[in-house]
Amino acid sequence: MTTSGYTESIAAAPRARRKLPRWWFAAALFGLLLGLSLLEQVTGADDLVSRGTVAATLIAVVPIMLAGLGGLWSERAGVVNIGLEGMMILGTWGAGYFGYHYGAWAGVAGAIVMGMLGGLVHAIATVVFGVDHIISGVAINIIALGAVQYLASLTFVGLPGGGQTQSPKIEDVPSINITFLGDFFGDIVDKNIFFVSQTAAVAQALVTNLSWLVVISMLLLVVTWFVLWRTSFGLRLRSCGESPSAAESLGVHVLRYKFAAVLISGGLAGLAGGFLAMVASSNYRDGQTGGRGYIGLAAMIFGNWRPGGLLAGSGLFGYSETLGLRAGGDSVHALLLAIAVLAIAAAVWQARQQQQRAAIITGVVAVALGVLYFAIDEVPSDFSTMTPYVVTLLVLAFASQRLRMPAADGQIYRKGSAG
Amino acid sequence: MTKARLTRLGLGVASAVLALLAAFAITSLVLIAAGDPVGEVWGQLLSWPEQRNWANIINNATVLFLSGLAVAVSFRMNLFNIGVDGQYRVAAFTAAVVAGEAWLPGYLNTALAILCAMAVGAIWAGIAGVLRATRGVSEVISTIMLNAIATSLVAYLLRKAAVREEGSNALGTKEIPEGSRIGGLPFGDFEIYGFIIMAAAFGFAFWFVLNRTRFGFDLRATGQSTTAAVASGVSVKKMTVAAMMISGAIAGLVGLPILFGDAYTYGSTFQSGLGFAGIAIALLGRNNPIGIALGALLFAYLDEQSNPLQILVGVSPDIVAITQGVIVLTVVISYELVRRYGVRLEQREVARALATPSTDQPEEVSA
Repeated sequence: MTTSGYTESIAAAPRARRKLPRWWFAAALFGLLLGLSLLEQVTGADDLVSRGTVAATLIAVVPIMLAGLGGLWSERAGVVNIGLEGMMILGTWGAGYFGYHYGAWAGVAGAIVMGMLGGLVHAIATVVFGVDHIISGVAINIIALGAVQYLASLTFVGLPGGGQTQSPKIEDVPSINITFLGDFFGDIVDKNIFFVSQTAAVAQALVTNLSWLVVISMLLLVVTWFVLWRTSFGLRLRSCGESPSAAESLGVHVLRYKFAAVLISGGLAGLAGGFLAMVASSNYRDGQTGGRGYIGLAAMIFGNWRPGGLLAGSGLFGYSETLGLRAGGDSVHALLLAIAVLAIAAAVWQARQQQQRAAIITGVVAVALGVLYFAIDEVPSDFSTMTPYVVTLLVLAFASQRLRMPAADGQIYRKGSAG
Repeated sequence: MTKARLTRLGLGVASAVLALLAAFAITSLVLIAAGDPVGEVWGQLLSWPEQRNWANIINNATVLFLSGLAVAVSFRMNLFNIGVDGQYRVAAFTAAVVAGEAWLPGYLNTALAILCAMAVGAIWAGIAGVLRATRGVSEVISTIMLNAIATSLVAYLLRKAAVREEGSNALGTKEIPEGSRIGGLPFGDFEIYGFIIMAAAFGFAFWFVLNRTRFGFDLRATGQSTTAAVASGVSVKKMTVAAMMISGAIAGLVGLPILFGDAYTYGSTFQSGLGFAGIAIALLGRNNPIGIALGALLFAYLDEQSNPLQILVGVSPDIVAITQGVIVLTVVISYELVRRYGVRLEQREVARALATPSTDQPEEVSA
């Protein structure tokens, strides 16, 4: 059985696009902040950019981003990794066990090692035995769930505060706290100046109780970008995902690179699970990952198999998850208005591009969202929890022609296929 | 039965046995590494179940069989329906609401509810099918997303449609009236789901449609070679949507044996996770109804036999989840190894037939 990755190009080859300038990310962040401040003014929802929201968003974003990074490594080498969820689950247990017994940093290491174990299974199955990547991933998710429940009742029962479904409390990972800066920004936030206060809230969140693990994770994103796109190791690894036979004919050990990539992928997913156990909460709990491995994968696809896009995708998912949890209906309700305005803008743009049909559809959606905004007072919590998934589906449905995954992603490669 | 066919059957059985032995060995290693009593665990798992346990095993196997069947339809077409989980929950909820409202009397009500469940399952899976056919979105990702959306959607609708039982926090739909329930079949002193007859019928229909009709041929042909299918005039897009919808319709049945034979209401505690087991079982049964039935029995057997592990030997019953997951991997690996061995056998056969200059026809060697 072969699976051909996520999207198939049905339309003709994509048009050559202008390259984004280097500072696009800063500009996007600035614009986002400005937009959200404006939205707070207009709708009166006051929790869109508070310090608490920003801090919670960071904590929600990091696991998704790390899982996505895991997906990025393995898929860039041509191995689809549905098993991220399972590897994350293994990571939560690793953090719980090693974190409790040997301290916080040992917990981080334990999470990474457990995730890599999952990656090892995936690598052996897909790279060595040529098992279909999806089947192996599904198997790993089943095994990991069972293994962790089995291990939890083996190792946590009888410990203080531990049991079949949770570990004892884990020591906290150290965090950054610059009190005087935090107070300074706090003062500005209290003055309630349009946009300035919101910026200060973000800055305040960055200097108050910022876990080192958040910083390390962000660095990992940069390191990943550098290694994959700026070193010969990365070039070779990506060549295995684009055209393994060409890579092999040039002397690249394709299987070795794939193996390494899947191991790294597992380690990152494990760290994502560890983050959930140690930073997002303070112990291992059964069912803690809640499908974030899949969301990470979706964030990576959303980001077009690129680190920057991946960060944007996880930011989107993490933010909508946070809003759903915090002020809940109120904030998501405010976002509805923003999306409606954006959709109108998109419709106008499409109309100018002579895409009349698409423009009409987008316009109708925009109007419907606008009507919905004025018709209801808040969005039911169940709908805010499904937001990331719906967004992913829509993005895939409308942008799949613009996405380009590694050419040989998901294909089984046997050594010597270069002929 | 020809010799080649016999060999193939033998190899098929051998690979299943090999996979089970490997899973057995790996589970034992895990138990040893964890310091749990290996012998006692297997003693319990492999002991002969009592009649009451057999009834449970058959009941669970019925449910798992339907789940495996649903996944197998998509596999035959080379699609991956990971979304059985979401499809059956949306469908079972719909069936519970329809049957609970009892617009029609007696079994007409049951029939209507079953049809609604199949339709809703088909539509839910059809979304993924249409996205795949028209926009090229992989069904793997879209069905995973649809699973999560189904969870929230059903939770929301349940809160809208639910009637709260007195003195309980559990939410549930209206109970299905007595006349519309599906009675049990006698099994010794116990009863098993009457739905098992329908499940068997669907198993037969699955075999018949796929192997004895033009549509089934087209479906399998598309799964094995898209280009060949296109060349023979099959519309791949239509087949994709059709295969996903059939898969979803069968998935819609998964929760129904429980609903009509046991629970009579869809509540927040309705069994979940049956879809992923279906993937494992479809792989184990090699997409063949009889194989799927055997796989479902095996999984149900392991689940039932592991229940008392905690009390009897102090080992967490979750160990069998490891076994089940490992089986998925060992099954695929051993099928692949045995297939390569089979190819080698055939090549040797051909070589021998060619090497001996003979007057008779060359031995038939089928793939």
